[in-house]
Amino acid sequence: MHVGLTHYLVVSTILFCIGLYGVLTRRNAVAILMGIELMLNASNINLVAFNRYLAPGAVGGQTFALVIITLAACEAAVGLALVMAAYRSLETIHVDEINVMKW
Amino acid sequence: MGELAAFIILACVTLIPAVVVVTSGNIVRSALSLIPTFLGVTGLYILLHAEFVAGIQILIYAGAITVLILFVIMLTAGGTGTRIRQVNEQVPLGAMAAVWLGFLILLVIFRTRWPYTATPAPQYNVASIGTAFLTDYVLIFEVTSLVLLVSLIGAIIVARREE
Repeated sequence: MHVGLTHYLVVSTILFCIGLYGVLTRRNAVAILMGIELMLNASNINLVAFNRYLAPGAVGGQTFALVIITLAACEAAVGLALVMAAYRSLETIHVDEINVMKW
Repeated sequence: MGELAAFIILACVTLIPAVVVVTSGNIVRSALSLIPTFLGVTGLYILLHAEFVAGIQILIYAGAITVLILFVIMLTAGGTGTRIRQVNEQVPLGAMAAVWLGFLILLVIFRTRWPYTATPAPQYNVASIGTAFLTDYVLIFEVTSLVLLVSLIGAIIVARREE
């Protein structure tokens, strides 16, 4: 049996849904960011797999995967800085306890 | 056959630690389980002949982002205890949403007829990625660098201790 596009898409779907479950059910803001990283990884698998199987001569998919990796690093930096700021002023990083707009 | 075996092993290396990431009650264990997940995705990239993306994946995800997450976990001591409840009350609802969305996406994947092209063995394509970044995708490249700069300055300002 040959490994085709569908195999990669199935793996990336499962990874995306695991990340979505983490984002929806976690209380800890850092764990929610981890779920978002999993979802971004799933989208990257999709991009690279489409590049390989549907347009093997082009590099557009890999280029966009690199852009998404860069933006994921930005997102992690800003998100974790926000978590630090919230922890400093509210003494908690559980998102269901952060329910004030201004303290 | 060897490719399929490698794919199955890499898929397990990716997905099993991902489940640990979202279900573990110990947040440090979740963060450390991110590393095998990212390495498994790296293996999938190598299997897809995207070696440059694989290298960047190791450098940025497995190297930088995991370390950043671990630092923040250590600095925010209030959320790390294993006795603290780590999940909210939406567990059944979240599981239902994830399973339903996964079912929907799988249905779409299996019912679409993908326009396969004849796949010649791709060349080692780092040079073509660099050329594409500086010719066809130069606007995306510049905007991404601007976003990176702004977000890093913003992160420093947000995380800085106020006087």
